[in-house]
This record gives sequence, C-alpha cells and structure tokens, in this order.
Amino acid sequence: MFQTVMASLNEGFLKTLEIFVLTLLGAFPLGLIICFGSTSQFRLLKYPVKLIVWCVRGTPLMLQLLIIYYGPGLILGNNWWGNGSSGRFTAAIVAFIINYACYFSEIYRGGIEGVPKGQYEAGQVLGMTKSQIFFKVIFLQVIKRIIPPMGNEIITLVKDTSLARVIAVYEIIWSGQAFIKSSGLIWPLFFTGVYYLLFSGILTLLLGRLEKKLEFFRV
Amino acid sequence: MSVLEVKNISKSFGETEVLKDVGFTLEKGEVIAIIGSSGSGKTTLLRCLNFLETPDGGQIIVNGETLFDASNRTLCSETDIRKNRLHFGLVFQSFNLFPQYTALGNVKLAGELLAKQRDDYKEQRRQILQDIEEKACELLRQVGLSDKMHLYPHQLSGGQQQRVAIARALALAPDVLCFDEPTSALDPELTGEVLKVIRSLAEKNTTMVIVTHEMQFARDVADKVVFMDDGVVVEAGTPEQVFGNPQQERTIRFLERYSEQ
Repeated sequence: MFQTVMASLNEGFLKTLEIFVLTLLGAFPLGLIICFGSTSQFRLLKYPVKLIVWCVRGTPLMLQLLIIYYGPGLILGNNWWGNGSSGRFTAAIVAFIINYACYFSEIYRGGIEGVPKGQYEAGQVLGMTKSQIFFKVIFLQVIKRIIPPMGNEIITLVKDTSLARVIAVYEIIWSGQAFIKSSGLIWPLFFTGVYYLLFSGILTLLLGRLEKKLEFFRV
Repeated sequence: MSVLEVKNISKSFGETEVLKDVGFTLEKGEVIAIIGSSGSGKTTLLRCLNFLETPDGGQIIVNGETLFDASNRTLCSETDIRKNRLHFGLVFQSFNLFPQYTALGNVKLAGELLAKQRDDYKEQRRQILQDIEEKACELLRQVGLSDKMHLYPHQLSGGQQQRVAIARALALAPDVLCFDEPTSALDPELTGEVLKVIRSLAEKNTTMVIVTHEMQFARDVADKVVFMDDGVVVEAGTPEQVFGNPQQERTIRFLERYSEQ
C-alpha cells in the first residue's frame, strides 16, 4: 500500500512541479512587460495595465482559475482550452502566469524605482547610453533589491499550486485526498505536507545562496 | 578662445524661475567658484552644463563649438547630448559611485564602454583595455587611493568615495570638470582630503567649475568667483574683488552670514 501511495503522490508532485516551473518561466518575463506598461509615460497604456493589475491582485487566485477555465466556454460558447486534463492544465497555467506576473510586476517596479536617480545621472554624465546604464549599472542593483520579495512570492507559489485542484488538475493534494475516498486513508493527504516542506526548504536554501552571492556590494 | 562660454542661460521649473540670464566665461586652466545660498540656482546651473537639465534659453559653447543653443533645438538629439556630455565631467554631492563595481571598476567602466565604439576595438581589444586600466590606476594614484582600488564603495569612507568619484570623472579627460558641493555630504574631518585633491588638480591647471560652500577654499583655489542669488549672477570677479571688496549689498550680507558661522 505504502508504495502505491508514494507512486501516486510522486505523480501528483510532478504535476505540482510542472505548474511551478511553467508559471515562473512565464511570469518572470510577462511581469517585466507589465511593469514597463504600468510605469509607462503613455497614459493609454499605463492606466489599463494598472487596472488589470488591480483586478488580478484584488481577487482570489481561485476565482481567477475558475473564470479563466469556465469563462470562455460559458460566455463565448467556445471552450478554448480543449477537453480533458490537458485543457484544464493549460487553463491553470495561464491563470497562474497572469496572476503571478502581476505580483512580479509590482516587485520589479519597486526594485527599479528604488535605485536612486543619482545612479542614472552618474551614468549619463559619463556619456553612457540608456541601455548601457540599464544593463551595466541598474540591472544588478535591481536584482539585489528584488530577491527577498521575489523569494517570498516564489515560496507562496509552491503552496498556491494546490489551488489548481479546483479545476481538477491532479496535483499532489488531489492525489493525497483521493485515498480518503478510495481506501479510507487520511495519512497520504497529511503526508503531502512533507513534500511541500522539502520543496520550499530547498528553495529557501537556494534563494539564500543567491542572496549571499550578491553580498559583495551594498545598495 | 575660451574653453567655456555660458550665455544667458535661463531655466524654469513650472512657475519658478530658477535661472535668469546667467552667463560666464572660463579660460583654459582656470577655476571658477560659484557661491551662494541654497536655492540660488547654483546646482541647476551645473546640471544644465552637464545636460541633466535642458535650459529654456541661452547657449553653451565649448572651445568655440556651440553645444547647446535654446533657439536651435536641432542639437538636442540623444546622441548629440551624449557626445556633448563628454566635454564635461561632474562630481556629485552624494558621490553616486556604482556600488557593484570596485573603485577601479568605477573609474574604468565608462571608458571601456566608449572604447567598444572604436573601429579598431576588435583587433586592438587587449591593448585598449590595458591602456584604460593603466590610466585608471594612475588616476587613483593621483587621488591617493592606489591601495584601495580593489575595494567596493561601501568599504570606503565618504572622503575616499568622493576621491574615487573625482578619478572617475577625470577618466574620460573632460574639458571642464564640474563639482556640485563636493564636500557637503562629508563629515567635517573628511572634507580636507577631498579639497586637497581638488587643489592639486587646480595646480595642474585643470579647468574646473566648483559649486561650494567652502568660502576659504573658494578664495584660495578659484581664479574667478561668481556669487549667485535667486537665479541671477549678483557679482562676479576675482576672489580678491568678491571676497575682499564686494560691491553689492546682497553679496556683503551673504558673506557676513558666512563669517559669523
């Protein structure tokens, strides 16, 4: 029995891991794009982007998952996501990416705006181009500033992946809970906690290392 | 021909007129000190020279070449402005060193980036980078920081940071080196080392514009002194004239306030 449970939990955890990795891969760049939008001088871009960020940050991720998955089918009469588990998975990834990109965009914004104006000016008076200033002077300072808040979000994402179960994506909690109905076992559900703890523990260590790597300078 | 001619510069921020018809000339090797109380427009003037602010009116002419003319905005493309800036160096009140580079790295960075535009960069890369490094080391030696060149800014005292900033500003060999209250952010015991470096630059005939509150220093080092108040040049002349025999009521009052302190 133990092996059956573990095999099932491992499979669920793999799904969890997939959601986690794909969300980060999508949300890191999309967040930067949203950040440029919300800090743009161009009002027709800035305010709509800010509105979207407000909506996404102001409503539960669970609701967003449901709207993104059921919305197209119920409102437009056309289920974009396709049938079956792969359709649900795609919808879940899209919802996660949008949600996390909005949070990341605010972190990026804080990081970029936190760099003193004097850093840009020092680059300017030395004849540097805008892109040289960004990549050679600003970028690493932003990275250093955003690692702690980014770390928080990343750890939160580990746990948020479990929300995908509301649209029946078979992540690890789903796997664990299934044993209650099928075999009357509660421990597999509790045991999923060990996976989360190990996973977030490893991430915490990695983030700590990264932070240490950037300790050679101060901002 | 003057190295620098500043003519009729005016600048407003919204309703506030910060500079009104300000002008001066500077010959090669001369040092001009700009004094005046806070809010008199000194810093804005310096920022205009370095193209961090765009004047609303007036001209900036370096070595006979018009770099800026408010009535002719064709000179204002970003590439032009970047090229114009290389005529000037600026040392900030708050140093503004790049924290992720060592002292040496700070001095080298702009030169290295600029060298990439050279046609012979690919073939001569090694030699070019070595030259830049040697020059940077030499500049750090001049400001007395040979032994600190591999330290990061946070490992240096304020005075040392400001000296690195001076070396960095000198690295691109500007025609005019500008200082914006270079000692105002320093503890009193650290101002001396920075002023000493500036003094030694003056002895080497570096052309400089210095905005300062150090009256004694201005008197010793400057060839010309400009007293600004409320966005206008109230009085200008040699240090002997401005400090020794001021003509204007506002200058007299300003200097009295300083001597009381």
